[in-house]
Amino acid sequence: MPNLKDLKNRIDSVKSTRKITQAMQMVAAAKLRRAEEAAGAARPYAEQFNAVMAGLAGSVGEDGPKLLTGTGGDQTHLLVVMTSERGLCGGFNTNIVKLAKARIEALLADGKTVKVLTVGKKGREQLKRQYESQLIGHVDLSEVKNVGYNNAQDVASDVLSRFDVGEFDIATIFYSVFESVISQTPTELQVIPAMFDGDAADGTVFDYEPSEEEILTELLPRGVATQIFTALLENGASEQGARMSAMDNATRNAGDMIDKLTIKYNRTRQAVITNELIEIISGAEAL
Amino acid sequence: MADTMQFELVSPERKLASGQATLVHIPGADGDMTAMPDHAPVVTTLRPGILTVEIDGNAREYAVTGGFAQVTAEGATVLADAALPKGEVTADFLNGLVAATQSGAPSDEGNKRIADLQALGAELGLSV
Repeated sequence: MPNLKDLKNRIDSVKSTRKITQAMQMVAAAKLRRAEEAAGAARPYAEQFNAVMAGLAGSVGEDGPKLLTGTGGDQTHLLVVMTSERGLCGGFNTNIVKLAKARIEALLADGKTVKVLTVGKKGREQLKRQYESQLIGHVDLSEVKNVGYNNAQDVASDVLSRFDVGEFDIATIFYSVFESVISQTPTELQVIPAMFDGDAADGTVFDYEPSEEEILTELLPRGVATQIFTALLENGASEQGARMSAMDNATRNAGDMIDKLTIKYNRTRQAVITNELIEIISGAEAL
Repeated sequence: MADTMQFELVSPERKLASGQATLVHIPGADGDMTAMPDHAPVVTTLRPGILTVEIDGNAREYAVTGGFAQVTAEGATVLADAALPKGEVTADFLNGLVAATQSGAPSDEGNKRIADLQALGAELGLSV
């Protein structure tokens, strides 16, 4: 028979767990609001940027910069896997890693070379087990409280310097798009060679100052940074959303568990009393 | 002919200004230019400098540190790397940018950027 004292301790411990998960849920909700605002504030820039770039990219032919047209090969792929720095956010990191892993397997099966750059500790931990030899770098954002454009620039300059020395042909970023608190979609997006899906094809012919090529060489690296920045912000919102719903679930489960344990405790207590009574009565009868 | 055009000033982190402008003065990399409604379509990169925009007859000034601008007949969109209202620029902010440029490999572009930043500082009366 379970000890009454043990049960009591168990209930107390689940109760304090519930307090913690409840607090985490509220913190995540507050952070989510901020993350969503940041993502919303960054959207106009990304949209305008894409529109301009789509126009530019359309007017430059085959001999544009390598960042736009590619190196001509597709042998070496760089996957930039962006995950969170902290756990306890449900399947958020696992889903991103799962998508990246599927991609890695497909590329390896095609005989391609795969390199992985991780952003965020959690994804690195998960990928390290299986693909340690493919990991070529890691960007640590654990000290960063609010992701800013300069963080995205750091990641971008890491990627671009590797591209400049010919370490890879194609770069793809993996992150999670925030749709709602209960739904975040892991997504992959090719950033090098650049793809722009804005609809600037309204036939306007622009003058370029200085020249088209110079503008492109200046803007393309910025485009990579902008896409990474958008991805980081989406990831930030997704992480908080995922944590919020995970903690909501955890709080509810803890509540259920407390109810069950309390019933068990009461039954056990009753059984102990009944037992004692039986012992007393049978002792009295024996006299 | 329209008297105003749609003006947008955005930085990667937020939208700074937006409205119907009669005149936008842009510090272009190859020289300043003033865009008014029905301007020929042009895309230009920016150098660090002061961007002036007139909305409803009020001139507003912003310090931009670089980026690019797209001008069409109907509007002007400025995508700045970083932008601040003129009064909020501090010497520390500019010095930080100069230091960031200096930490890279010395180049003509780097030197020009530093010179532009210093000119911007001088215009604002800050020592850079």
